[in-house]
Amino acid sequence: MTGLMIDILLMGLLVAIAMMVIRTHRLFAVVVLSGAYSLLCAAVFVNLDAVDVAFTEAAVGAGISTVLFLSVMAYLPGEERKPALGHRVTNNLVALLICVVAGGLLIYAAMELPRVGDPTSPVQMHVAPRYLAESGEVLKIPNVVTTVLASYRGFDTLGETIVVFTAGLGVFLLLGGVTRTGRASPLSKSEAAKKAKPTSKGAQS
Amino acid sequence: MNSNVILRVTSKILFAPIVLFGLYVQFHGDYGPGGGFQAGVIIAAAFILHSLIFGLEAGRRLVPLRLNIILMAFGVLIYGAVGVASIYFGGLYLDYNVLGADVASGQHVGIILVEFGVGLTVTTVMLVLFHAFAGFDPDRFNGGGNS
Repeated sequence: MTGLMIDILLMGLLVAIAMMVIRTHRLFAVVVLSGAYSLLCAAVFVNLDAVDVAFTEAAVGAGISTVLFLSVMAYLPGEERKPALGHRVTNNLVALLICVVAGGLLIYAAMELPRVGDPTSPVQMHVAPRYLAESGEVLKIPNVVTTVLASYRGFDTLGETIVVFTAGLGVFLLLGGVTRTGRASPLSKSEAAKKAKPTSKGAQS
Repeated sequence: MNSNVILRVTSKILFAPIVLFGLYVQFHGDYGPGGGFQAGVIIAAAFILHSLIFGLEAGRRLVPLRLNIILMAFGVLIYGAVGVASIYFGGLYLDYNVLGADVASGQHVGIILVEFGVGLTVTTVMLVLFHAFAGFDPDRFNGGGNS
């Protein structure tokens, strides 16, 4: 009962924050609100006993994403540009249509889902019993999430790590040359000088 | 560099505890919530806090770019190397059972090493992302596009 009350409260707050994000046009407020949204999501996950997911959501969603958004915001105007009235009406109508169709489909799909925590649902019957029985007894690792993530599903996590690595590498290759601290080696200075000369000549001519 | 003395003193005091908490999350992941992904983000947050208060150049002096990129690849390499090591000891790829005297110790060794690789990669990737976005220089970007 308490869990249900907390769920309703958290969901209400999430909807309230979503409304505020839609209503406000100041980007700084939107970034901070989205951080608060992530933190509330983390609370929802804690209420579902998914502590590891909540931890990740709080650290990545509320922490790092907010910082990254704030650091990018310096290159944007502070206010969201308001479209013309006619555009706004058509945009809202299209958005409403998409929301109704997608929301209807999701609700239709959710009707067939088993109840949360149902022990007879397919996801609990397949490999989960083996993991739960083995992890603490045989592997001596009480946190089943860690054993599933790093051991039983080690290949998936290797793939995830490579995805994270590739993302970092891609951003570095795209933006590393145009950041203030991108190339601090002496080589960059000579490179910058080489680059600066032709452009200045081009500007003169 | 931020001239607000409260921010500078607080961030200096907080830096070590944040990193310590990150290491706790990293190596306590077997017993409590946490693991490489969360720990990596927390440790990166400490370095990002330092860069936010003392400037991007100070942050790069702490973790030079070259070291950052090398460590980024090194994390993935550790993960892959654990798999190769388990083949070397007679198991399948990423089969940690053969890494220790018995199944439990082998799994512990494998998971700790693998999570360490994940944490290293996540920390350094977060730093690269932060420096790429926060240090983005529009002038240099346009200059690069013209030449």
